[in-house]
Amino acid sequence: MSAAEQALESGDAVPLSLRGPAPTRVVAGYGFWLFLLSDIIIFAAFFAAYAVLSGETAGGPTAADLFDKRHVLIETACLLASSVTCGFGSLAVQSGDRNSTYFWMAITFILGVTFLSLEVSEFSHMLELGAGPSRSAFLSAFFTLVGTHGLHVTMGLCWLIVMLLQAATLGFQPMVSRRFFCFGLFWHALDIVWIGVFTIVYLGAHL
Amino acid sequence: MSTEFEAQGMAPGAHVQTHGTRLSYLIGLGYAVVLTLASFWASSTDLVYPPGVPILLGVLAIAQMGIHLVFFLHISSAPDQANNILALAFGTFVVGLLVFGSMIIMAHLNHNMMPMDRLIQMQR
Repeated sequence: MSAAEQALESGDAVPLSLRGPAPTRVVAGYGFWLFLLSDIIIFAAFFAAYAVLSGETAGGPTAADLFDKRHVLIETACLLASSVTCGFGSLAVQSGDRNSTYFWMAITFILGVTFLSLEVSEFSHMLELGAGPSRSAFLSAFFTLVGTHGLHVTMGLCWLIVMLLQAATLGFQPMVSRRFFCFGLFWHALDIVWIGVFTIVYLGAHL
Repeated sequence: MSTEFEAQGMAPGAHVQTHGTRLSYLIGLGYAVVLTLASFWASSTDLVYPPGVPILLGVLAIAQMGIHLVFFLHISSAPDQANNILALAFGTFVVGLLVFGSMIIMAHLNHNMMPMDRLIQMQR
């Protein structure tokens, strides 16, 4: 091991201030992380609104009447599994393995679509029951919070298609693999938001 | 020579694997599955003192968020992650302010609000 490597390993020989600018990958990751945190703050506002309004049903259906725990468990399983396959996909991108990138990202896409279709079927069922967003303050807050999450998942799926097209046409350039990296962060962050959703909205309903 | 070039051309710690391995994703998945099932179980069990269930659910959710941050988003205490950690701390602070601040303020307003029937009486 060379002296330079040893210095890096021990981490104290080269002070942070003397190490020069961070590489694009670290900077891009940091910028995207800031975006994700601000996105999570948007969700925090919707969570706060839901927490305040969840009891205001205006004589309409309550949370305990509407939500089916089994359904949510399947949705959660889809999203969790897609998080892991997305992680496997990022590893494949890193090692430049084209086929396994396509394979894992395709599975991620399918699981994401399954999650979305479950959510859409739940929403349409609620609308049939007359429990749309205009029924009560509780339902407005519910549709805003869960709908925003669903919208993010939809955007993520569109992004994933674009990334797969870029991988096919541009190959695994540093630029493309950076974008894949940011996509992975986005997808995992959505899963973190979903933990809050199923705990507060769906499990909180049956307490 | 080449290592010296690498030491200057790459990020500090960039040659250290920061994106985990398949095993780390699977370990994360294992923890996440256990915590998810635990919170679904906790929400419908009689074994836990009922007023304690929301707290238990909160603890399980926060634990699972931590697991996701470490095993999926690869947040760590590595030197090149210092900025990410600081941003995360600030984000958590703002989220806490927003959620708990709103809940406290609204509960307080609700508490001080005139009962609806008397409000309607006054409007006549």
